[in-house]
Amino acid sequence: MTDTSTRTEPGDWATDQEVRWCPGCGDYSILTAMRMLMPELEVDRENTVFVSGIGCAARFPYYMNTYGMHGIHGRAPAIATGLAMARPDLDVWVIGGDGDMMSIGGNHLIHALRRNVNLNILLFNNMIYGLTKGQFSPTSEVGKVTKSSPMGSVDTPFNPMSVALGAEASFVARTHDMDRQHMMEMFRRAHDHKGASIVEVFQNCNVFNDGAWEGITKKGNRDSNLITLEHGQPIKFGADGELGVVVENGAAKVVSVADVGESAILIHDEKKPDPSTAFMLSRLSQGPFEPTPIGVFRAVERIEYASSSTAQLAMAQNDKGAGDLSSLLRSRGTWQV
Amino acid sequence: MTDTAPRELPLQELDEVIIRFAGDSGDGMQLTGDQFTSISAALGNDLATLPEFPAEIRAPQGTLAGVSAFQVRISDFAITTPGDAPTVLVAMNPAALKAQLHNLVQGGAVIVNTDAFNERNLEKAGYESDPLEDGTLDGYRSYPVPMSQITKDAVAVHGVKPRDAERSKNFFALGLISWMYTRPTEPTMEFISTKFRGKELVIKANEAAFQAGYNFGETAELFESHYEIKPAELPQGEYTNVNGNTALAWGCAASGQLARLPVFLGSYPITPASDILHDLSELKHFGVRTFQAEDEIAAAASAVGAAFGGALAFTTTSGPGVALKGETLGLAVSLELPLVVIDIQRGGPSTGLPTKPEQADLLMAMYGRHSESPMPIVAPRSPADCFNAAIEACRIALRYRTPVMLLSDGYLATSSEPWLLPDIDSLPDIGVDFHTGFNGTNEDGDGIFLPYLRDSETLARPWAIPGTPDLMHRIGGIEKEDESGNISYDPANHQKMVNLRAAKVEGIDVPDVEVAGDPDADFCMLGWGSTWGAIDASVDRLQAAGKKVAHVHLTHLNPFPKNLGEVLSKFETVICPEMNAGQLVNLVRAKYLLDVKPVNKMNGVPFTTAEIESAALQAMDNS
Repeated sequence: MTDTSTRTEPGDWATDQEVRWCPGCGDYSILTAMRMLMPELEVDRENTVFVSGIGCAARFPYYMNTYGMHGIHGRAPAIATGLAMARPDLDVWVIGGDGDMMSIGGNHLIHALRRNVNLNILLFNNMIYGLTKGQFSPTSEVGKVTKSSPMGSVDTPFNPMSVALGAEASFVARTHDMDRQHMMEMFRRAHDHKGASIVEVFQNCNVFNDGAWEGITKKGNRDSNLITLEHGQPIKFGADGELGVVVENGAAKVVSVADVGESAILIHDEKKPDPSTAFMLSRLSQGPFEPTPIGVFRAVERIEYASSSTAQLAMAQNDKGAGDLSSLLRSRGTWQV
Repeated sequence: MTDTAPRELPLQELDEVIIRFAGDSGDGMQLTGDQFTSISAALGNDLATLPEFPAEIRAPQGTLAGVSAFQVRISDFAITTPGDAPTVLVAMNPAALKAQLHNLVQGGAVIVNTDAFNERNLEKAGYESDPLEDGTLDGYRSYPVPMSQITKDAVAVHGVKPRDAERSKNFFALGLISWMYTRPTEPTMEFISTKFRGKELVIKANEAAFQAGYNFGETAELFESHYEIKPAELPQGEYTNVNGNTALAWGCAASGQLARLPVFLGSYPITPASDILHDLSELKHFGVRTFQAEDEIAAAASAVGAAFGGALAFTTTSGPGVALKGETLGLAVSLELPLVVIDIQRGGPSTGLPTKPEQADLLMAMYGRHSESPMPIVAPRSPADCFNAAIEACRIALRYRTPVMLLSDGYLATSSEPWLLPDIDSLPDIGVDFHTGFNGTNEDGDGIFLPYLRDSETLARPWAIPGTPDLMHRIGGIEKEDESGNISYDPANHQKMVNLRAAKVEGIDVPDVEVAGDPDADFCMLGWGSTWGAIDASVDRLQAAGKKVAHVHLTHLNPFPKNLGEVLSKFETVICPEMNAGQLVNLVRAKYLLDVKPVNKMNGVPFTTAEIESAALQAMDNS
């Protein structure tokens, strides 16, 4: 492999392919954040792979000058698992939308997370099916009116952070497409984490679900509705930090800091082995209209999947010696004629 | 034990015997059959086995549904099938007798465990009266033996509780049959101490039961003679006894070495393919990485990912699993990556008959993906041939960068036969080189990599794996522009790519078919897969009866050997026995416009030689 100190520029990570997302799509800012982050990670293009499923987000690999595979709907985590097992030396990113990874690929996502395969999974959540032109998705709110739900969706949505925490994910984070610096920081953390990392990105689909996240991501709403989680810091928000989060009766709750006192505010601990508090934080908001946490919910160390598998191969070779075909064929007894 | 001196019984020579051990699924019949097979193999007999067991792990005790059987044929001549009908039936309980007696040849021997023939068991088996006394066994030679009681008495001295003692009765049966066919006792004694290592009481009980069975044959005045089956005249060399699934697993591991690539298996447990996953999981020291996926789709998808990373990738399953993998295999066709899909066919549709064989996935292998998604197909013809088929499937997958379907079935999977071990050095080198440099230039004259620029001979695209400097590229399921691999919706390009994918598979170098039997015959039998043994044996019988008959067997189902149409067209009549409703017949008729006649069987049991012989005679009469 080549020198890992290779210096690159964001432009080195772009391909000659025309980016074909709709003008104004949130995916553009995510792509920019990724291309800007890559030189900072000091990794090589040839050792980086983007794997995707199907959907608007899944076109992402075509726009990164790395190795890439545009797979089939929902299966990217499974394809990437095989790749990461066969090639633990690679940096493998998985890109998909809420339909791709929470619906058709939900099974693969939760299993990749619980196994802790070394993947950086980015879930672009726009709460709608974009590529198929606007049906409700597994993250759409109840009552969502779309072409396939003219009287409103009757489906209870998934909360991707709750799902990931329930699936034993070791790194769980959330960011949004209006804040490049925060995206880059979350992607960097996901990359540096050994094991499965999932980052939910609130992403705007300006054609089929425009402004869906505005209640929390628009500049004027951020102070009151965006809670930025920082490890070791009291969870406070508001223009002057006047609001905070406490745990009460087994649930997280937004309070006025003045009412409860500074010392009562929950100190965020992303390294807490038990995921219960992180789960409470993921339940704090029921949608993009009330205070919603972003940042790293959970970052715990757990043995990575491919390294466990590799260790068993090494152990077997150590115990039995390198595989010898001739002895294998004779391993169940032979006789001479 | 008895103090009676051994009687001098006449030793009668036989050219073959077909024994069927039958009992409750908890009675250890598979173990008993396996061990009898091993001893006979070591004695130099040719042999073939046919295990038969229910899909349930422990079906209700004593019922017909719970009967587990193991048929083994041993001979002093070369054989290709486990035999049509047993000549000896060992029945451990009434249900086993009821379920199996109709298979036994007239005049055959029935050895029954009389202790199991109590009212309760008779009722469970659906017998209204005791078949040992009501004339049911008229026309057979019956040998009633109180196996349970003698076993209990024999093991009691070792302090084994009667309830546990009963469980050793399969070794009593094995001892008795070992005596009948003059098998040595030492190998079984060794087997017992290895198999049950660490369980001293179990070892003692099984040894005592085995010895008691052997002694019983010698001393009880029940048997008129015992028998000898001389070693078969087989090609010289070193042999092992192998079943199809193990041979496949070994073939996969061997292919990794022959291609100098790490092996990756993505698999989801499914009967009757799971043993390949089990066997390969034991071969980690070969660098074989196994991944038990969350479902069939992930099993295939992970293999595609591993292949992209440069592994020799496999996915193993049975029919329902292939159906689930269909979309992923379409992706593999489009990505043009090497991948071997192993389908151990079983009865269907849906769950069907999980433990019974069928050959009805041929058309799914051929056409079971959306759009035009050609995949090469390879099929082994015998348990040991599974090893060769695995290597051949890998050779095609690697050389042509294509997913390949390997069609085995539940019969080959569990049946075993002696295998003349190949010389490792004679196995083919199936390695291919990864692509490491530019293969084109852009408008400015700079080197570029074109992931879909094809080899002019094989039409394979270059396999450049992640980690290779400068060759970064993206592949995907969306239609790609020829050469560059960039997304293309251009109509002419799509037509071209469809044609190229088809031409690549059609152009695979496949050896010509050879005609076995009598090449000058007017009558030919065409077969593929596991029917080879029964067809081959029936050709021998027909020829012995003075009939002129030819046999054409296909290992490659897609593409067909180049000479197939010409070879078949020379015969006046061609019949095709297959365990489906006529799938190969359809393919051959469509391709060559030849009126091949179907001979079909779909009852979960492989063709017998007699069935094929009679179908052939009937077809000859009609022609």
